[in-house]
Amino acid sequence: MSREIQILNPLRGLRRRLAERATESDIWDAVQLARHEKRPYTLDYVRLLVDDWIELHGDRTGYDDPAIIAGIGSFRGRSIAIVGHQKGRDLKERQHRNFGMARPQGYEKAMRTFELANRLGFPVVTMIDTPGAFPGVDAEQRGQAGAIARSMLTMARLQVPSVACVIGEGGSGGALAIAVADRVLMCEHSIYSVISPEGCAAILWKDAAQARKAAVAFKPTARFCKDLGVVDTIVTEPSGGAHKDHERAAKLLGDEISEALLSIESERGVPRRAARRAKFRAMGVFLENGVLVGEPEPDREDEPAPAG
Amino acid sequence: MWATLTSRPVSEEVDIHVEVARTSDNGAGAPPSATSGAPAPASGGRRHPNTCPSCASHYRDDELHAALRVCRVCGYHFPVGARERIEQLADEGSFRELVDDLRSADPLGFADLRPYVDRLAEAELKTDLSDAMVAGGARIEGLPCSLVTMDFAFMGGSMGSVVGELFTRACDDAVARSVPLVSVAASGGARMQENILALMQMAKTTVAVDSLHEARVPYLSVLANPTTGGVIASFAALGDVLIAEPGALMSFAGPRVVQQTTGATLPPDFGLAESSFEHGLIDLVVPRAELRGTVGRLLRLCAGGTLTPVVPSSMREAPRPSALGRLFRLLRGREHGPAEQNGGPHP
Repeated sequence: MSREIQILNPLRGLRRRLAERATESDIWDAVQLARHEKRPYTLDYVRLLVDDWIELHGDRTGYDDPAIIAGIGSFRGRSIAIVGHQKGRDLKERQHRNFGMARPQGYEKAMRTFELANRLGFPVVTMIDTPGAFPGVDAEQRGQAGAIARSMLTMARLQVPSVACVIGEGGSGGALAIAVADRVLMCEHSIYSVISPEGCAAILWKDAAQARKAAVAFKPTARFCKDLGVVDTIVTEPSGGAHKDHERAAKLLGDEISEALLSIESERGVPRRAARRAKFRAMGVFLENGVLVGEPEPDREDEPAPAG
Repeated sequence: MWATLTSRPVSEEVDIHVEVARTSDNGAGAPPSATSGAPAPASGGRRHPNTCPSCASHYRDDELHAALRVCRVCGYHFPVGARERIEQLADEGSFRELVDDLRSADPLGFADLRPYVDRLAEAELKTDLSDAMVAGGARIEGLPCSLVTMDFAFMGGSMGSVVGELFTRACDDAVARSVPLVSVAASGGARMQENILALMQMAKTTVAVDSLHEARVPYLSVLANPTTGGVIASFAALGDVLIAEPGALMSFAGPRVVQQTTGATLPPDFGLAESSFEHGLIDLVVPRAELRGTVGRLLRLCAGGTLTPVVPSSMREAPRPSALGRLFRLLRGREHGPAEQNGGPHP
């Protein structure tokens, strides 16, 4: 099997490829850019990419979470459903949006939208931009963990094509809850990680101020995520970062979304649910009886040239 | 060999992405297996792992083992290791481990204050496990199932690539044999040292549960203390029936994170099994002594009731079984499939 290779050389090769890209400043720049206050947010991309946008509101049982937006609209001539985290631009809006940290009701709204899309045959596009799911007493008592798990399960079961785009911060389970898709795109200067660099530093280094060190150790950038087989495509950003030119950033992202949808739809006769299951089934790198399993294929040249 | 490791401070051993303030406060984070024969006096204010953090009763190893690691005085549930949990739940001699030698490859070459590979080696020495999960086929009260258990003593029970793969293989096994899956989670969450690959195990285990759903295979999820972070937010929350042990912390975010982020005063029972039950998040809170019986009843119900009552092995030796008995055995033989050869002589 091509995925199972003798351990020593391939593993060294993978680590070396990762290490070559591990220059500290690159990684920390990505963390800063992913959180840039002028970076385009979900509703910016919606405004620039989607016509006839109708936002859907509420979880149908008593709350509309402003940290998650959902809706349907027309994307380059076809109807799609969009779900995304939403951050705020100024202090007031940031608080209103809860800094993009969703509550369980937000994931309920997302699930309702996924199911609607599945029924009506709309492709699903999600935009991921959150530091993490909201860690609050009310959120926990409403079942934050179960909401995240069920949202992933709902996405896993869709019969329609789905594309997830990490557009800024892909923080932990709160991000993954809406990222279990046929194709996962990641903007060049986004980050995607199991915990924030600050959280990792606080626990492993016992000092949140060591976030930079933590980020370098756990490599949350788009290139590493692609090397590890977690994302399919890195979306090029305008020179200097998406915040420099929202229109151009939206155009570049829109093109990749179109291409991803085309590529999914070209896989005729493949049940989406089974294909998606196989995709996520293959994730992970481990040794079985001393043999390396799950190493992603080496880079293809279809990614942007390394910075610097 | 273990005795030399027990003197290590708990803070270095417990290493999880969602901190478990409650357990580290009261010392329950100490590994259950890290017990030398003679109870050493607690040093530096740390309790011996066999001392009840709730009422300070102290037990010998064999006493605690015989009591299913539940305090006789106050009912506190001590942590249970993955293999001891199997011993508690599965019929004697029925467990057959699926795969043994899966290990983390440390793809990131991760090092914080100490290299990940060192932490792995230490955890392996301490627990005699290759990672934080054990998976295999078993019978519980005579009923076949696929069983996975987690070990909090192995790097906080954290989920990396190996745990995700083991859980997935257990699901495959359950589907292939058409038997229910029973999981016993005990985990701080996703394993930071594998970063994004650890996060992806949440998706991987979720799609594995989806394969159970598609095959209409029942899934019973037991939550032990603690089941938090990426594990409670993936497979552990997706059981058809959710059962928690008393006092198990089962929040997504740990109490300290919630307190620091929101500044809120937490209710004393924040995130605990009893509070989760009140809020409708789980089906049952079951004391450990009743867990095996409850799981057995659920497995019988899932099998449609046709398998009750389970025929004790002494009846199998009956010289002239009734027609119903013969039919019953035929059904059982079909149900067990390949596992039957492991379960002793078939009449």
